[in-house]
Amino acid sequence: MVTEIEVERIAHLARLELSRDERVRFASHLAAVLDHAAALESLELDEIPPTASVLSVHSIVREEDVVGVSLPRQSVLANAPATDGAGFVVQATLGDGGG
Amino acid sequence: MWLQSHRISAVELTQAFLARIQELNPRINVYVTVNAEEALQQALAADERIMRGEDGPLLGVPIALKDVFSTQGVRTTAGSHILGNYVPTWDATVVARLRDMGAVFLGKVNCDEFAMGSSTENSAWGPTRNPWNLERVPGGSSGGSAAAVAADLCCAALGTDTGGSIRQPASFCGVTGLKNSYGRVSRYGVIAYASSLDTVGALTRDAADAEILLRALEGIDPHDSTCVDASSMRDQSAPADLRGLRVGVPREFFVDGMQPEVEQAVRAAIEQMQVLGAVVKPVTLPNTSLGLPVYYLIAPAEASANLARFDGVKYGLREIGADLIDTYQRTRAAGFGSEVKRRIMLGTYALSAGYYDAYYIRAQKARTLIKRDFEQAFAEVDVLAAPVSPFTAFKLGERTDDPLQMYLADVLTLTVSLAGVPGISVPCGFDGAGLPIGLQLIGPAFGENVVLAAAQAYQAATTWHSRRPQL
Repeated sequence: MVTEIEVERIAHLARLELSRDERVRFASHLAAVLDHAAALESLELDEIPPTASVLSVHSIVREEDVVGVSLPRQSVLANAPATDGAGFVVQATLGDGGG
Repeated sequence: MWLQSHRISAVELTQAFLARIQELNPRINVYVTVNAEEALQQALAADERIMRGEDGPLLGVPIALKDVFSTQGVRTTAGSHILGNYVPTWDATVVARLRDMGAVFLGKVNCDEFAMGSSTENSAWGPTRNPWNLERVPGGSSGGSAAAVAADLCCAALGTDTGGSIRQPASFCGVTGLKNSYGRVSRYGVIAYASSLDTVGALTRDAADAEILLRALEGIDPHDSTCVDASSMRDQSAPADLRGLRVGVPREFFVDGMQPEVEQAVRAAIEQMQVLGAVVKPVTLPNTSLGLPVYYLIAPAEASANLARFDGVKYGLREIGADLIDTYQRTRAAGFGSEVKRRIMLGTYALSAGYYDAYYIRAQKARTLIKRDFEQAFAEVDVLAAPVSPFTAFKLGERTDDPLQMYLADVLTLTVSLAGVPGISVPCGFDGAGLPIGLQLIGPAFGENVVLAAAQAYQAATTWHSRRPQL
């Protein structure tokens, strides 16, 4: 059982604005998938390590950190919805505007 | 081969494909963006290289790219409104590799939004239709890639496979689709869905072409730390034929409720492999039923993190709100489709405080059990043979109202992705309605050689892969 209030809380965490209709639908869809996930509850998993990656990769220090060519500023800004030519233009991030 | 012998030029070949695309695309909706001008320039450059005596398996060969591969100067949308006007300023590593080899890019083909789906109905640009029956789905999420190969709208297509997105559409469209081992091919510049599962591969006419594409795409990439040098891990050389090859048949893959014609065709294909010398034996992958719940916790969790980048600031759509948070929320509400929102919600839920251990960590532990199943099976056999999907291509709209029904379309491909091992879908028959059926051959991690050799030996003895739909 997933309540509409829970859906609203999750939507806020996910930065998604949902319509009333979406909240109702997602509450039932989430519940259906989580019901399926109940199959995992009965498993004895205490001694089993989690798999985050199938590769046995580990952090290494690069022998030599070679500085490569970065994308030019113009290219980075090319797809921005709003730019002043030097950076991305956004609404205030501090004060009341920051949420 | 024809290009090198000058029987046809790359320009002529490209023109022929572009004309066919113009004729058929309105009916099938395969190409989201046709790259005609640049394709002809690339073809001209390829012809010049061929005239100079240069040789190469992909020189002048027209290829389609799933619309999740970043292409410099060519719109890349991932099937989403949120990237409707996005034009990358750089190439994905695999695109750059193919470009260097002289391949011709015909354009970008349709897919489920952010590769989330099993039918290509979740695209912002409308559904792609199955070339064998225009009322049916082509599968997904690489449905455009599979349909493009099936309808002869390219020589080969690149796709991505996170839970079945190459194999399942290949099966539905009667083409060959190779999902590579996780880490074999660079993911740099491929718009991410679930980073511990995403793989890049090719959809082709046959397994020989799949091998050519694999050799072109594989190899380490300084931009992708999970991409490894496969040559050091290739512990099994390719067998010349099927004689003595140990083929395991996992009983859990013949699920209740599967379409009888699918089971018959797949069992007949396995018998044929036995006739060709394979040693067939039953095996068990006892945790197969965990695939669906594990995948639909891990993949959405990773997706919810990956898709946080779409905030209306650096690229893509922006819907201005009362403040910055409101702008994020409105932008994402307007830009993402229903299935993407659903998976972001699921993933955020699974990662949120109070549920992280109960869902996400438990899913990762159960993933270990699935991975061990495959390791144990491959201690006894060289490849596994099974169906790709429990059923053939379903009707457009048939499963869109019920997400769980749609998720079941991938029930036989998910565990292979979770284990990170390679799998290929090869055509092995047709059902009574004339829809293709796929045989899935699965190998151990970095065992593409064995998988491809088995697929090539099967295709050398059969003609299912050479059939084409009437269009």
